[in-house]
Amino acid sequence: MGMRRYSMFAVAREALRFHAGWERAWKSPEPKSHYDVIVVGAGGHGLATAYYLGKVHGIRNVAVIEKGWLGGGNTGRNTTIIRSNYLQDPSAAIYEKARSLYEDLSQDLNYNVMFSPRGLLMLAQSEHERRGYQRTVYANNLQGIETEWITPQKVKELVPILNIEGPRYPVLGALYQERGGTARHDAVAWGYARGCSAMGMDIIQQCEVTGVRTEGGKVVGIDTTKGAIGCSKLAMVVAGHSSVLAEMAGFRLPIESMALQAWVSEPIKPAIDVVVMANLVHGYMSQSDKGELVIGGGTDGFNNYTQRGSWHHVEETTRALVETFPIISRLKMLRQWGGIVDMTGDRSPILSKTPVENIFVNCGWGTGGFKSIPGSGWAMAELVAKGEPGPLAAEFGLIRFREGRFIDESVAAGVAH
Amino acid sequence: MSLRLTKGGRLIDRSKPLGFRFNGQPMHGFAGDTLASALLGAGQAMVGRSFKYHRPRGIVASGVEEPNALLGLGTGARFEPDQRATTTELFEGATTTSQNHWPSLKFDVGAINDKLYRLFPAGFYYKTFMFPRFAWKHVFEPIVRQSAGLGEVPKDADVDRYEQAYGYCDVLVAGGGVAGLAAALEAGRKGQRVIVLEQTPHWGGRAMVDGGQIDGHDAADWVAAALAELKAMANVSLRNRTMVSGVFDHGYVIGYQRVGDAEPGSDKPRHRLWRIRAGQIVVASGAIERPISFAGNDLPGVMLAGAVRDYIMNWAVAPGQRLVVVTNNDDAYRTALAALDAGLEVAGVVDAREAASGPLIDAVKARGVRVYEGHGIAKVKGRAEVTGVELCRQAGEGTVVMELACDAVAMSGGWSPAVHLWSHCGGKLFWDEAAVMFRPDHARPPTGADGEAMARIVGAADGKLRLCEIMEEFGLGAVADEESAIEPVWLMPARAPDALRFKAFLDYQNDVKVSDVQLAAREGYESVEHTKRYTTLGMATDQGKLSNINGLAILSDALGRPIPATGTTTFRPPYTPISFGAITGEARGELFQPLRRTPIQGWHAARGAHWEPVGQWRRPYCYPRSGEAHGDAVKREILTTREKVGMLDASTLGKIVVKGPDAGRFLDMLYTNLMSTLPVGKCRYGLMCNENGFLMDDGVVVRLSEDSWLCHTTSGGADRIHGWMEDWLQCEWWDWKVYTANLTEQFAQVAVVGPKARAVLEKLGGMDVSKEALPFMTYVEGELGGFRARVFRISFSGELSYEIAVPTSEGLAFWEAVAEAGAEFGITPYGTEALHVMRAEKGFIMIGDETDGTVIPQDLGLGWAISKKKEDYLGKRAQQRSYMTDPDRWKLVGLETLDGSVLPDGVYAVDAGHNANGQRNVQGRVTSTYFSPTLGKGIAMGLVRRGPDRMGEVLDFPGDNGAIHKARIVDPCFYDKEGEKANV
Repeated sequence: MGMRRYSMFAVAREALRFHAGWERAWKSPEPKSHYDVIVVGAGGHGLATAYYLGKVHGIRNVAVIEKGWLGGGNTGRNTTIIRSNYLQDPSAAIYEKARSLYEDLSQDLNYNVMFSPRGLLMLAQSEHERRGYQRTVYANNLQGIETEWITPQKVKELVPILNIEGPRYPVLGALYQERGGTARHDAVAWGYARGCSAMGMDIIQQCEVTGVRTEGGKVVGIDTTKGAIGCSKLAMVVAGHSSVLAEMAGFRLPIESMALQAWVSEPIKPAIDVVVMANLVHGYMSQSDKGELVIGGGTDGFNNYTQRGSWHHVEETTRALVETFPIISRLKMLRQWGGIVDMTGDRSPILSKTPVENIFVNCGWGTGGFKSIPGSGWAMAELVAKGEPGPLAAEFGLIRFREGRFIDESVAAGVAH
Repeated sequence: MSLRLTKGGRLIDRSKPLGFRFNGQPMHGFAGDTLASALLGAGQAMVGRSFKYHRPRGIVASGVEEPNALLGLGTGARFEPDQRATTTELFEGATTTSQNHWPSLKFDVGAINDKLYRLFPAGFYYKTFMFPRFAWKHVFEPIVRQSAGLGEVPKDADVDRYEQAYGYCDVLVAGGGVAGLAAALEAGRKGQRVIVLEQTPHWGGRAMVDGGQIDGHDAADWVAAALAELKAMANVSLRNRTMVSGVFDHGYVIGYQRVGDAEPGSDKPRHRLWRIRAGQIVVASGAIERPISFAGNDLPGVMLAGAVRDYIMNWAVAPGQRLVVVTNNDDAYRTALAALDAGLEVAGVVDAREAASGPLIDAVKARGVRVYEGHGIAKVKGRAEVTGVELCRQAGEGTVVMELACDAVAMSGGWSPAVHLWSHCGGKLFWDEAAVMFRPDHARPPTGADGEAMARIVGAADGKLRLCEIMEEFGLGAVADEESAIEPVWLMPARAPDALRFKAFLDYQNDVKVSDVQLAAREGYESVEHTKRYTTLGMATDQGKLSNINGLAILSDALGRPIPATGTTTFRPPYTPISFGAITGEARGELFQPLRRTPIQGWHAARGAHWEPVGQWRRPYCYPRSGEAHGDAVKREILTTREKVGMLDASTLGKIVVKGPDAGRFLDMLYTNLMSTLPVGKCRYGLMCNENGFLMDDGVVVRLSEDSWLCHTTSGGADRIHGWMEDWLQCEWWDWKVYTANLTEQFAQVAVVGPKARAVLEKLGGMDVSKEALPFMTYVEGELGGFRARVFRISFSGELSYEIAVPTSEGLAFWEAVAEAGAEFGITPYGTEALHVMRAEKGFIMIGDETDGTVIPQDLGLGWAISKKKEDYLGKRAQQRSYMTDPDRWKLVGLETLDGSVLPDGVYAVDAGHNANGQRNVQGRVTSTYFSPTLGKGIAMGLVRRGPDRMGEVLDFPGDNGAIHKARIVDPCFYDKEGEKANV
């Protein structure tokens, strides 16, 4: 199974014949009766899991089952930020793995996911934040992650439209990750899907899981709207609906689901190169290649599945950003949307074995899902392939809630993103 | 070439000419013009360049759906990019510039992309720009970013003002056309509270242009009478220039009012954002006309037929002298008639339908205009303006059968109901095959909390395009011309070859063509959401108002499936873009967030306090004297306090009273300590943990009386802890008889600290503050220096210390009295930094420094504050989990560098080797670090694995630039270990 490579030459060649020769980016097969592994959820995490199962572990008899359209959940709804400046060792490890995979992802997938290490700033606007970020820099340096503490003047040089002088919360400095940035979110899902399909894996869209079949405490297959499909191993990778799927398999997850919002401005010429997060005032912003300012808000204060979100978050965050970037006041909000995020008690993900043998779960990425996709897929593939977590996933098991072994990042980032 | 007609124009006032500039060129229009009508009237057909190919673009529409006519408006601090010319009212002196070209609108280097269009189909960037790796960031992406993006970046901070307002009503009507007005009358006459919002400055909607009769009157007269009646009703409020931006759950509606947009520099707010809670929402938002996809349909001079009619009749502007009308429905014939009535030439009507008849068609034919039935436009001729059209058979492949010379094309592909507001909150649609449109499904409306419909949709928004249909719902008779059926035409001609499809535009602003959607389908981007995202169809500033239906019809055709199987993308707020200024309202600058002030704030400011934000408070960090560095000021404040006496404004400290028969039981659950047994008049240091056992707040609890306790919290934590208490009381222990009151702002609190503290208070007089009368950790209420005061013998510094609470209104007077009484003892005010250093010298923990959401009291040597007698408290079970009782946990210790230097803040103690993820192993970290002026050396607190068992060990802390700081583990209390100074 191969795929035709994408390149500038291929585009030029196709241009001569009005692009009539392009083949499907991924195939649209009917499900087979049995797979070695079924991944439920064709979002970024599910597709990346399948991709690395094939690429790293040589397991290619794999189906990725998707209720709607691939990449249609949080993979297609986030603010595309990539960073790994986490405080706790396990988070730093998996997010840095993800970030480093993003560096080469376009070349690896032969699909331009537009990873753009444009740099990422977390502003310190209180003594408490300043100390927290300085601590993070020391932690990151020991974790092998390049971050630095920069002065307000350097902040201003990097982001001239940023008001560092308050009046309410003057910028005291910032945690800067030069190799943090953004990528094109849809392309990540599409690129992985194309890669999976090229390895002979089946991506089955518009196929909802209606039941999980087990025998003697082991998974044997799933029921779907396209019929029963057998499997030896099952990976649940369905952010937003993890609890629902787990319930079909007969276990519960320590997850709450709530809406998280984002919005964009109308497109303007380049105004801000760097991703800026102002956590004290609850706002963060970057600019897409298309020219829109991309802005993220907070999670709703109550559990829901609406994919809409509450308006007051829009006001709160927009105020914070107008305060931080006074020139944006006359720009306009173009579009606002919401996604459903899985939240765990410690706001860190779950990559784990489950009470049912050969069912594995990957969920709980909360507001940090997009940036982790390649690392999450990598670690999940290892877990599924070997049946035991590797070092990246080791600390993220369900057992930690029983032991109290939390991985709490709230000190490093008090805001959703 | 367009120009102003000598007669007509119902919305303009020719007696009031208005001057404006476009790209520096002076032009003029009239009061009542939009920027778009004024530009067209001044003969400016080309107004911008498209996003990707930089093609010349003109005005297409007359309303919110306009994708092309986006201008830079204003200058300096009032510059705004991406201003939609069709919905912006002209004002005297308006300065406008076209966008997305270099060096000029006429000659644009970027137009090279148009020549190379075949190299840039949908999604070409996903297939290219990958090698070499660094080139994306350093070469390709900067080019993409620079050539994308439409408007210029504003340079200055906005100087205008914005407002926000609330509204409440039984019925909110979105749209002031005839359907909206009829619905408002219906509700208003019933006495319901009604708010009608209309996005334009004008009432009556399309009926004002299209005519017809309602209830026996001309539509315009009926509208005037309806408005008069509504205005006379006290229960009805009418607001024009106010768009419903979004409909949210539970009848929450956001309205966007343009108040002072056309009067820059006036004292009016520029925009006003309405937050309205409506019992019911009536969506009367009308319909939007669809373009037709034919080659060259994006040339300046090709416009929607309805828009052409609007410009002629509303603003007396002729988009051209010689028009061709192209259509698949009867409505466009009204445009032909309007053009003829205005004295313009109609070169022909190209009707894709093989046979259509009706009074409108007959009327056009009767005026001598030829109708080309079963024909389509193969291609529009011209470079930057229309010079003619090539006709072909609609059913064919575009073989040109004849040419018509013309300078404008009016196109109509039918109308789509504006269902956005219906859909924002979950209303569903169905595909009406005969009417060729997605219509609201009344069986699946957006629902409210009761599960009943919270919205009703009427008029054209409901898919009722004819006046008689619209008014029937309201029991009103109406007369409109008969019309024959529309026929779907998604591509013109139906079998257009590649060369034509590559020039047939769907999304004008984003340059998405028919061929792009077909390419997406071919490559497997089959979901409408995939196609949208792959091609950027519908992602422009009009959010697909013109392009979406046409695009998904092309997609459906390409996939060989019916249109309803493709479905629509999600309709999201806002209906059209709204300013960040309006969303921000007045909360900017000094009003960005409330600034909480203690009554002593002014005094601090007058003494030159250097501020530190603490929550929404600002506290003095220190009080530098003239020329004194902050560090020196802190040092002086500490030494003076330790040697003599200092005073601190502690008013920001949280003060929550907990009262009731179950108050003791409640506090026993909330705190790790036993509070129910605290004797009246005594103080106890308490710890609060969350359910996971982590320490979240601390403070001194005082028993005021048999049934009431005063809980002190951290300054930043007061509101959160009060909310936490209420959460438990309201959600879990709702049957417990407890009340809480947050009195933080009701009391000013002053700490008087140092060996001379008692002398200062004695000088104030009126109260026995001796060791015997007021021992350590007790409290008394009475009069001190003539002030009603609660005096607490508590200490956060290790010194003899009193904290005195007085009513806020007397806070400043009391503070000044203390300062005066203390003068002879050398009293100094001290700030938060001195407070921090002194507590660290004593080894007292600070929430947020020693804690970070992962630390339990047992880690901090605070086991003594955890009651063993209680069955339960919040966090107890969690603290028994295996990881919490692990002897290897990091625990609180003191740290001293070997050379007396100050450890950097936040550094980690490394251990040997690396973990499985290649990260350096660590065994502890610094949580607080200061220079101690008292001891003359650096001191630090930290958490270290098994720390208390490792006294005297030396750890390595890597710092900046490869430096390794060596520090010895010591007792965390550096000063007065026996606590003799506080307890004197």
